[in-house]
Amino acid sequence: MTSQDNMSEEHLPEATHGHGGGPVVSKDGYFADPGLPPHEHRRTDIDEKAARRAERQVATWFLLSMLATVGFIASYVIFKPGPTHHVYVWPVGDVSPLNFALGVTLGISLFAIGAGAVHWARTLMSDEEHIAERHPIESTPEVREQVFADFRQGTKESGFGRRKLIRNTMIGAMAMVPLSAVVLFRDLGPLPEKKLDTTGWKAGMLLKNMNTGEPIKASDVEVGSLTFAMPQDLSEDDEDFQVRIAKDALMLVRLQPGDIKDKSSAAWGYEGVLAFSKICTHVGCPISLYEQQTHHVLCPCHQSTFDLSDGARVIFGPAGHPLPQLQIGVDATGNLEALNGFTVPVGPGFWERSE
Amino acid sequence: MKKLSARRRHPLAALVVLIFALALTGGLWAALAPTSSASADASQSLQVEEGKRLFQVGCASCHGLNGEGTNLGPSLVGVGSAAVDFQVGTGRMPAQQPGAQVPSKKVIYNQAQIDQMAAFVATLGAGPVIPTQDQYSGGNVAAGGELFRTNCAQCHNFAGAGGALSEGKYAPSLAGVSAKHIYEAMLTGPQNMPSFPNSTMPEQQKKDIIAYVQHATNSDTNPSYGGMTLGAIGPVSEGLFGWIFALGALIGTAIWIAARTPKAKKS
Amino acid sequence: MSTHAYDDSHEEQIGHSEAGVEQKHLGEKSADWVDGRLGIYSLAKANLRKIFPDHWSFMLGEICLYSFIIIILTGVYLTLFFQPSMGEVVYHGSYTPLQGIKMSEAYESALNISFDVRGGLLIRQIHHWAAIVFVAAMLVHMMRVFFTGAFRKPREINWLFGFLLLFLGMFDGFMGYSLPDDLLSGTGIRFMEGAILSVPLVGTYLQMFLYGGQFPGNDIIPRFFTIHVLLIPGIMLGLLVAHLILVFYHKHTQFAGPGRTEKNVVGMPLMPVYMAKAGGFFFLVFGVIAFVSAIASVNPIWAYGPYRPDQVSTDAQPDWYMGFSEGLIRIMPGWEIRAWGHTLELGVFIPLVVFGLMFVVIAIYPFLEGWITGDKREHHILDRPRNAPVRTGLGVAWIAEYLILLVGGGNDLFATHLHMSIDAITWTCRILFFVGPVVAFMVTKRWCMGLQRKDKDKILHGRETGTIKRLPHGEFIEVHAQLPQEELYRLTAHEQQAPAQLPPAVDENGVKRKVGAVAKLRAKLSAGYFGPQSQIAKPTAEEHAEITAGHGHH
Repeated sequence: MTSQDNMSEEHLPEATHGHGGGPVVSKDGYFADPGLPPHEHRRTDIDEKAARRAERQVATWFLLSMLATVGFIASYVIFKPGPTHHVYVWPVGDVSPLNFALGVTLGISLFAIGAGAVHWARTLMSDEEHIAERHPIESTPEVREQVFADFRQGTKESGFGRRKLIRNTMIGAMAMVPLSAVVLFRDLGPLPEKKLDTTGWKAGMLLKNMNTGEPIKASDVEVGSLTFAMPQDLSEDDEDFQVRIAKDALMLVRLQPGDIKDKSSAAWGYEGVLAFSKICTHVGCPISLYEQQTHHVLCPCHQSTFDLSDGARVIFGPAGHPLPQLQIGVDATGNLEALNGFTVPVGPGFWERSE
Repeated sequence: MKKLSARRRHPLAALVVLIFALALTGGLWAALAPTSSASADASQSLQVEEGKRLFQVGCASCHGLNGEGTNLGPSLVGVGSAAVDFQVGTGRMPAQQPGAQVPSKKVIYNQAQIDQMAAFVATLGAGPVIPTQDQYSGGNVAAGGELFRTNCAQCHNFAGAGGALSEGKYAPSLAGVSAKHIYEAMLTGPQNMPSFPNSTMPEQQKKDIIAYVQHATNSDTNPSYGGMTLGAIGPVSEGLFGWIFALGALIGTAIWIAARTPKAKKS
Repeated sequence: MSTHAYDDSHEEQIGHSEAGVEQKHLGEKSADWVDGRLGIYSLAKANLRKIFPDHWSFMLGEICLYSFIIIILTGVYLTLFFQPSMGEVVYHGSYTPLQGIKMSEAYESALNISFDVRGGLLIRQIHHWAAIVFVAAMLVHMMRVFFTGAFRKPREINWLFGFLLLFLGMFDGFMGYSLPDDLLSGTGIRFMEGAILSVPLVGTYLQMFLYGGQFPGNDIIPRFFTIHVLLIPGIMLGLLVAHLILVFYHKHTQFAGPGRTEKNVVGMPLMPVYMAKAGGFFFLVFGVIAFVSAIASVNPIWAYGPYRPDQVSTDAQPDWYMGFSEGLIRIMPGWEIRAWGHTLELGVFIPLVVFGLMFVVIAIYPFLEGWITGDKREHHILDRPRNAPVRTGLGVAWIAEYLILLVGGGNDLFATHLHMSIDAITWTCRILFFVGPVVAFMVTKRWCMGLQRKDKDKILHGRETGTIKRLPHGEFIEVHAQLPQEELYRLTAHEQQAPAQLPPAVDENGVKRKVGAVAKLRAKLSAGYFGPQSQIAKPTAEEHAEITAGHGHH
């Protein structure tokens, strides 16, 4: 018997009187704590045969784990990696045989160890409940006094309170030294300056079809069609392609001129061909779920909806302002070109953005 | 045929086979039937006559006797035979009921009838023509993937599983859609889908996209290497699966570990 | 015990051990060696037979711990093959559908892990599934702690540690999702750019510094990599150790029951029972996650394609634990203030603030409740959720809000799968955002009250036996059996606090007392927690005696 098994007096039920056969009542008028019920034996505690059986079961789990580990190594050697290898496994589907075999064998080899250990604990290790006393987390008043006295003594001996000059200069030094760390982070990136206000689009720049890489004839853009474009001077091989396309991507649609409600928007287009930024003004997803009958364009990320027939006005969702429109016309050969850069910043809004 | 045997085990096999068979019949007919060849003017005009008759029975109530359109359905002048072949061939037309979008359903005309109607509608005004097989086969999957992600994935999802549009409209799943119908959809822009005419998306790129879509939506060419696809709709279904099955199994295990071992009955 | 005496006996022992070297077991010898240097015996004395109570819900925290270990193990393996670089390459690997496509080295190496490293896909999937389970288990563990009141004194600080682990775990998960540089992860990084830009005054500076220039730049993935594999896991490991030390130090809480008091802990010893059970549970968790990774695909990056800022796929969602922030931003109307040459992007910034608030309320709740109840005592016996209806109601309200936002975050999928309009779902979520938690709170509180009444009924009238008895005069009654003492005690062991009283309006000298607004608020909240509308007085033994005596008269 360990010390944990000693039950202190206060947990024992109060002896009460009066309620012949009724529940035992505690001091405060409620029901008394009857104390921990006596331990009951499991089969395995009293029947050696049952215990042996449990032992065999635990060992079987561990053996299964060993087998599965052998299976894991065998699978690693046998099955080939790569996308050309796949096999149908019911009901999972067409899977990589390597991934499936490795996962199942690893799963079994691990699970079996756990199952064996838990079964062992549940059947063969003692399940007798013990009681451990708790002690208050708070320290005793004596300890508290001692600590405070020690602290006061320490403070006194250091002269921290008395020598104000030392104290103040030390606090000042400690407050200033982290500034070095702050300064060090300055070179993480450039200052914003006007970088977010401009794009690569400039007056006279041809629109290049994202699919073909060729200039786009205005006559090639049909009513109801959707085309994506980038500036003529941008190529997928450029080093800064990702950064530039994140702002320059363009969405080209053609509406029946009569369907365009916003006249200034129509004026910025060419015979109903309108060019809008493909970058959502909410958080910058490439918005392009264009519904050609309603002229609505929807963002797949947060469902901001813009009406392209009405100057890309926001009609639903969290975006705060319309998609910027690029003023376009045609050059001598009938190819679409920008007549101007974007006049407002494209993409998500930011504090310095003025409009 | 490995392709077919893999399909047979799929839960949606019957549906896929049905759609595929229908599409195949359509494709074969389109390839073999002499509709688009101008070999015999007589048979052509006969076909237009037949088509007109079918049209006036099945379509005119919404689209008008001569396809001029009513307030129930748009004008079909200039939509071309490709639009008819797509709309009727995927069962979208004739529409059953008004709604945010006309869904695809069981095809009620045979390909011969569809071609007759297409021929009639084509006479109303010049428009996209039903493609021949060499126009939509033999594309490059990798190039198609790149084009798909630029032009299509925003609505149809990275795996062609489809997605939501505004006000109850949606981009349908591309699984099991025939190459011809995908081609026609890109060319004609059915319902709210924008069109991708050959002038801005050349035919070769359409072939590439079709090759990619057929690759991506077929479990034989695009197996789910890591296990169940969970609908190929991204992290939402993964999270749901993780909560229900993974965490569920672990909580079940915890309950087993903490459960009392049965006590021996006192005899 | 004086230190002097201790030293003496200690030296004596050392002498002993060196004299009797031959007789000693090798294990004992090495233990002595370690103890001579680290003094481990006193630690072992306190902990080897440490008592832990048995309840399945006490093992939820272990799921978190083990999935964290699994994430670290598999994560280390992945770093051996992953190239955290945004340098551009043309793919010529084994996955043909991406042949000849330009991509970053990060994406290429993630593809190679998936297709060319044997077992790489499995380890990637274990890493990702374990992350999904890790955060889910943390949330469930936290719910258990919340609804049973286990966060009360002395465990408030440990609640904060747990809270920080949840918060950091979520962000580390988000960064891990961003690393492979596939189309989905890039969309997430883009979202983050927009969110940072929306911060007033400093947003653009933060964005430029974090991304090393304009989006996407070449720095974000290497930087996220360092934060993902080193900085955050390091902090989390420290918090985790502190969390566990405090669990040991405070000793585990327990449910009320016969023999279980505020001053003891009843259960089984660490050695051997919990070593086997908890140790075994690690393998069970690992096994289950490995199995899940064999049968279910997670984050098939090859299907998404490489990230390009002008490409996107619908179903662009974050992993589930960020789903509620996605919901917040999807249901937000497009508000924006443009004035004096500045733009305040409320459509992004308000969700960002609410996101923070949803976490702040978790962090401060224990302190809030402590202030309202004014309870300064230690609590080691857990509450049954029904006996703390206001707390339970608040917890359910939070969960309801969370679920509504999760639905909002998946509104497009609900639209396509339930054939509904995405706008209608968004509007429903907007309304439910305000109404849902209130309704959830009221329903839960009433439900708890109902359960309290049921408990009282059971105590006073006994348990329904299902036996129907016919009385001599023809009446049929169901026989109720008296509850045993253990059950009576268990159901009434909880304490019922009286609401805090404001001091009388007039003090003993007849002078009007000034009562501050804060004190008034506190009294009001306290009445809400402990007033008659949130607790049913538990039956006393006397009431019980009266009623059972009444039954006897039949």
